[in-house]
Amino acid sequence: MLGGFSEEQIKRYSRHIILPEVGGKGQKKLLSSKVLCIGAGGLGAPIIEYLAAAGVGRLGIIDDDTVDLSNLQRQVIHGGNVGKPKVESAKQFVNNLNPDIDVRTYSERLNAHNVVDIFKEYDMVVDGSDNFATRYLVNDACVLTDTPLSHGSIYRFEGQVTTIIPHKGPCYRCLFEHAPPPGMVPSCQEAGVLGVLPGIIGLIQATEVVKYLLGIGELLVGRLVYYDALNMTFDEIKMRWNRNCPACGEKPKITSIQEEIYGESCRI
Amino acid sequence: MVTELDLKGDVCPYTFVKTKLKLEELEIGEELAVTFDHAPAVENVPRSLKNEGHKILGIEQMGDHLWKVRIRKA
Repeated sequence: MLGGFSEEQIKRYSRHIILPEVGGKGQKKLLSSKVLCIGAGGLGAPIIEYLAAAGVGRLGIIDDDTVDLSNLQRQVIHGGNVGKPKVESAKQFVNNLNPDIDVRTYSERLNAHNVVDIFKEYDMVVDGSDNFATRYLVNDACVLTDTPLSHGSIYRFEGQVTTIIPHKGPCYRCLFEHAPPPGMVPSCQEAGVLGVLPGIIGLIQATEVVKYLLGIGELLVGRLVYYDALNMTFDEIKMRWNRNCPACGEKPKITSIQEEIYGESCRI
Repeated sequence: MVTELDLKGDVCPYTFVKTKLKLEELEIGEELAVTFDHAPAVENVPRSLKNEGHKILGIEQMGDHLWKVRIRKA
């Protein structure tokens, strides 16, 4: 044991420890961190894969879906597990990759009743959900519980990412106050998605999580990166805190999580 | 007081990784003496340590394939 690391851990994390910005201290921070991944789908797969590899000590994974053959075009952690619950498949992947990780699975939907209790257990939340109801629920619960959030979303060939540190920068509602009406935006299932797209967006999210946990670099706070795979461009949209924001404004309307705000939520 | 670290049998990059982990346990200004028997480490480790700002106080050859590097933590 050297610096609290086993021989195996020294080898496993050596490329992190070598970095002056990480070192043994940073690696220990990662190992003692708790991160919750919302969804183990397109975005969740690379997020879970790389956070586990990086040695984020506790990974919570919430998803109520099972692996379908059509998922494997992009959900790279679920190979060989068609028909299994995604949380079980993800846990199996993580256990094989890095036995240091304590995986907590939630085979349920995130909803107004369980969200606050679950979020309280974690240092940061990564949103890999694919619907507006969950996205707004996650944003509002993060603001209420003061939990940092990495937001990512994808559509066909495009994706967007931002990092939300509640009360220190704008939240998702500061930019998009309300979800578009149901049916206006087609889901991935209807619209299609380029298989590599969630890999890019999910890994930007994972990068932000690792940076936040280590306390290094400049986070995407108040900035939204918009990625266009067809033109291979990354644009940055400035986000401002909205003093009238219903979640994090001066007089917030949302002071608790009420089911009716989030309406009919479709699958994560 | 000098802290000793025996890294005989270790090769790069673990020679540096382990030296770095040991330095993290020391206070600024304290001295660490590391023993290596892996020849490339004698060049690589001091170079990497200097990049991180530490001071190399000396490198002594102790035997045929044995070196001691003395470091002051910055």
